[in-house]
Amino acid sequence: MLEIRNLHASIGGKEILKGLTLTVKDGDVAAIMGPNGSGKSTLSYIVSGREGYEVTAGEVFLNGENILAMPADERAAKGLFLAFQYPVEIPGVTTMTFLKAAMNAQRKHRGEKELPTPEFMKIVRAASDKLGVAQDMLRRALNVGFSGGEKKRMEVLQMTLLDPKFGILDETDSGLDIDALRVVADGVNALRGDGRGFLVITHYQRLLEYIKPDSVHVMAAGRIVKSGGPELAHELEANGYKDYIGQAA
Amino acid sequence: MSATVTRIKSEAETSLESAFAVVRETLPGQAKVRAFRDEAAALFASNGLPTRRVEAWHYTDLRAAMRTMSPLAQPPDEALIARAGASLSPAAEGQVRAVLIDGYFVEALSRGLITSDITMRSLDVTLAEGDHVAIEILSTPNLGRGDAALALNTAFMRGGVEIDIEPGYHAALPIELINISRAERPAAIFSRSMVRAGAGSKFTLLEKHVSLGAEAVQKNDALVLFTSGRSHVEHVFVRERAPDSQTHVHSLLLNVWEDVKLNSYALVEGGGFLRRQIFARLESERAELSLSGSTLLRGKDHADTTLVVDHANPNNSSREYFKHIVDGAATGVFQGKIIVAPHAQKTDGTMKSQTILTGDDAAMYNKPELEIFADDVTCGHGATVGALDPVQLFYAMSRGLPRADAETLLLEAFAGDATDKVADETLREMLITRVRNWLNGRAA
Repeated sequence: MLEIRNLHASIGGKEILKGLTLTVKDGDVAAIMGPNGSGKSTLSYIVSGREGYEVTAGEVFLNGENILAMPADERAAKGLFLAFQYPVEIPGVTTMTFLKAAMNAQRKHRGEKELPTPEFMKIVRAASDKLGVAQDMLRRALNVGFSGGEKKRMEVLQMTLLDPKFGILDETDSGLDIDALRVVADGVNALRGDGRGFLVITHYQRLLEYIKPDSVHVMAAGRIVKSGGPELAHELEANGYKDYIGQAA
Repeated sequence: MSATVTRIKSEAETSLESAFAVVRETLPGQAKVRAFRDEAAALFASNGLPTRRVEAWHYTDLRAAMRTMSPLAQPPDEALIARAGASLSPAAEGQVRAVLIDGYFVEALSRGLITSDITMRSLDVTLAEGDHVAIEILSTPNLGRGDAALALNTAFMRGGVEIDIEPGYHAALPIELINISRAERPAAIFSRSMVRAGAGSKFTLLEKHVSLGAEAVQKNDALVLFTSGRSHVEHVFVRERAPDSQTHVHSLLLNVWEDVKLNSYALVEGGGFLRRQIFARLESERAELSLSGSTLLRGKDHADTTLVVDHANPNNSSREYFKHIVDGAATGVFQGKIIVAPHAQKTDGTMKSQTILTGDDAAMYNKPELEIFADDVTCGHGATVGALDPVQLFYAMSRGLPRADAETLLLEAFAGDATDKVADETLREMLITRVRNWLNGRAA
């Protein structure tokens, strides 16, 4: 379960989050929608531990534990995963090397032994086949020269392999065509259940056709200004965000 | 009106001059060798040790780093030879290996001295008895002229090794040239070695510099690598981390003839004070010269890579690609000069130096220079200095890698970009492992 309580945060003296409160229960998918500049990506970064932001008030609990003081790697080891809006290219590090380093780092955090290479290869192969990630891609430098769709698939592959307790998807639909969107959504849907929660950040209702949310929240100017069921997404698609922009200021 | 500036000689400079006067008669070589030793000694006497006032030494003050002169190194005794021998990995079947201790060629530890394809002998023998071609090459008339540090090496040189590779010979294993300095007591080492690649030969030369002990060693050594036409040479230079008390000037002198492919890579692990200077001359046409390296510095290390590539003839290409990781309060220097002679048309030269500063007090100085006198050339250079990319770091950490591991992963990839230039797979693996170990040592 992810609980965000009255979160205030700023960067370079500018307040971006202004008292955001949101709870996502075990097994639920919560969608956050909102206009550009409302602080959606900032929220995902702060929850996952990116440095450079100043949290001035509030708390973030993952399964009852306050994670705000932890560095990003510890949060990941506690089971948090962020699928990036713009997956980062890492020249010189093959995808396979990176995946192995990430999986073993998390196992080490949890006091587990490193995965033997054959077992690791088997797990990666099975998961990548399911997501239509070519073996050739795994030998290339991580995300370097990947298409938008390939990058997003790679994010979902990492999420599958790292088996998090809670996933944040930051505009995973951006830059995807319908086919790629379906593959990515299928990958996410396969991870639903088992008590795993998701926070899905998106501009458009389109993604929510494929990943059906349990709740929808409108974010504007650093706060959640309205919450509702899946029907709220349809309403936003029809009317836009104009009703909420003034309200938050 | 003109003012005469009298340079006051430092203690080290005075000692070096007196030392030369004392040993001059005992140094190996006949009239011609004497003549160029004397010429070099005179150049040193008039210039002294390089300081920041010398343009090519602007970021590396050898005079300040070397206030006193350590006594000239003596040939190693039995006990030292035994100790150095124990530090060597066993030679593989058919391995050709030359071992120098404190600059002196040690036959007892070397392997494959004379085969049908390779001849190895003490450079002292070459200096004393060598034919005039060998002596001419050794005197490097067109390389590094006027450099006072190289002149010191020329004046004092003794004890090195000459390795000749027969024309057309293709070596299966890397030829090893291992330089061990003992540092049980202070010593000044002046040794020069020479490797001659016969026409059409193909081999890899692994040049290693290893330090035992921690005393103040002043090492000023040089390698002349003379590549005859159509030879294909890979040179891998590894300077293992040296004691902080070490002062080291290493000159690499390259003659590159027609249709030669010469690829020289250096791994510098820092420690003490290092000036590595490369003087390369493209002597004919259609040669491909590649110079690259990874420099890893921490603590108060100072390491300078300075190169001059002289495109003295048309239709040659050169590539220079250097990566530096500078941690702690270390200082890195990269100076690269590409000279294109007036008739050296169709020259293709590109130089790149990239640095990641990981230390709060780390510094890097880059000075790329192009001196182009021909008009139909393609030349370029680029230099970057920056920190690790915080977005890449966050990405790796968000996947569970602790900061230190994430940094190591990214830095290894950064340095590995240069390591990839090494074609010999076994050596490349060795280099990657060394880089990783250095990075793990940094993270620990």
